[in-house]
Amino acid sequence: MAQQQNKLKLYSYWRSSCSCRIRIALNLKGLDYQYIPVNLLKGEQFSPEFRKLNPIGYVPVLVDGDVVISDSLAIFLYLEEKYPQIPLLPSDLLKKAVNIQAANIVCSSIQPLQNLDVLKYIEEKVSPDEKVPWVKFHIEKGFGALEKLLKDHAGKYATGDEVAMADAFLAPQIHAGIKRFNVDMAKFPLLTRLNEAYRELPEFEKAMPENQPDAPPA
Amino acid sequence: MAQQQNNLKLYSYWRSSCSCRIRIALNLKGLDYEYIPVNLLKGEQFSPEFRKLNPIGYVPVLVDGDVVISDSLAIFLYLEEKYPQIPLLPSDLLKKAVNIQAANIVCSSIQPLQNLAVLNYIEEKVSPDEKVPWVKFHIEKGFGALEKLLKDHAGKYATGDEVAMADVFLAPQMHAGIKRFNVDMAKFPLLTRLNEAYSELPEFEKAMPENQPDAPSA
Repeated sequence: MAQQQNKLKLYSYWRSSCSCRIRIALNLKGLDYQYIPVNLLKGEQFSPEFRKLNPIGYVPVLVDGDVVISDSLAIFLYLEEKYPQIPLLPSDLLKKAVNIQAANIVCSSIQPLQNLDVLKYIEEKVSPDEKVPWVKFHIEKGFGALEKLLKDHAGKYATGDEVAMADAFLAPQIHAGIKRFNVDMAKFPLLTRLNEAYRELPEFEKAMPENQPDAPPA
Repeated sequence: MAQQQNNLKLYSYWRSSCSCRIRIALNLKGLDYEYIPVNLLKGEQFSPEFRKLNPIGYVPVLVDGDVVISDSLAIFLYLEEKYPQIPLLPSDLLKKAVNIQAANIVCSSIQPLQNLAVLNYIEEKVSPDEKVPWVKFHIEKGFGALEKLLKDHAGKYATGDEVAMADVFLAPQMHAGIKRFNVDMAKFPLLTRLNEAYSELPEFEKAMPENQPDAPSA
C-alpha cells in the first residue's frame, strides 16, 4: 500500500462512470479512501455542504487533506503526480498520448452524451423512446473509434501489457454500455476482449457500480 | 522562439474550436508549424490520406517528425512535456488541477454538445429550429460552471496572472459562443473580462478562426 498522510475521501455515486474511473485508479494505486455517497437522483449534489466542496455539483470529488479536486480527468492526473509509485501512464510520449486520447474519447465523445441532464432533455424535447437509441448511437460511435485507435497499440490491456489510464476510463464505459444500454459488443471484438481482461482484476471489480456501498440491494 | 528539431505540422479546420486550442498553444510556446487544412464540411477528414494519419477522422492532428498525435487534450499535454520551455501548466498541484478541470468543462461538457454530428442529429430527430437553443443551453450551463470554478482562482487570466491551459481551452469556446451561437455574455462577467484579456494577446488573435488560411474570405 502506498504511504498516505491523510485518508483520502471520495465523493461518489455508485452508478456514475466518472466516479468509477477514480475508484479503479485508487484501487490500482493501492490507496485507501473513505467512500462518501452523493445520491444524484435525490439531488444531494445540490446540498449546501456538497456545494461548498464543489459548487458545480458534479461527482466525483477527491479530498486529500486540504486539497479538494473535482473532475475525473483532473483527479486522475493529480493522483498520477502525487502518488507516482504505481504509475498509470507510460513514460513514452506517444503511448502516453494514446492513453490520454482514449480516455478523452470516453470523457468527451461518449459519457457526456449519456448523462442525466442530456437524457432528461432528450426525453422532454424528443420522446422517452429516443433516449436509448440516442445513447447507443453515441456509445457505438465512440467504441468504433476506440477499436480503431487501440488496434495498433493494445496488448493484454488497452495500450500494452500493463494496465494504464485508457483501461481505467474504458472499463466503466463498457460496463455502462452493456449493463444499462444493451450495446451489441459483438461489433467491438477488441473492447470485448479487454472487458474480459478487466473482469479478472479485483481492482476493477471492486470499483464496479454494483459493488459500491450506495448501490441498491441486488 | 523555442529550438525545433522537427517541423511541426498541424492538421486543422479554421472553425474547429479543438484545432484553435492547439493553434493558441503552439503560438504561446513560440513553435512554428505548417498549417494543413482539412475541410470538414467537404468530408476531407474521410479521405484515405487523412484516415492513414487519424483513422477516427477528427481534427486537430499534430505531426512531430515520426510522431502523430490526435485529440486536442492529448496533443496539448504532449506539447507541455516535449516543449517545456514556456510552460502552460502551473507546477502547484491544485492550480494545475483547476486548469485541467476548466479545460475539461469545455472539452467534455460544452464542445461535444455543439459539434457537427450532434447538431445534424438534432436537426433530423427534433427540428432545425432546436439546434441553436440546444447549443445555447449547454454553453450557458458550462459557462455558469466555469464562472463558479474560476471565481476563487482567476487573476489577470483564468487561474492567475499567467496564461495557462484553462485560457487556451476557454478562448476558442467563448469565441464560438459569441460569434456562432449568440450567447448572452452579460450573465458571465468573469468570462467576459477574460475574453477581453485574450483579445489583447497576439498569440490568441492569430489563432482565431477568421485568421486561418482556410477561413472563407470575409
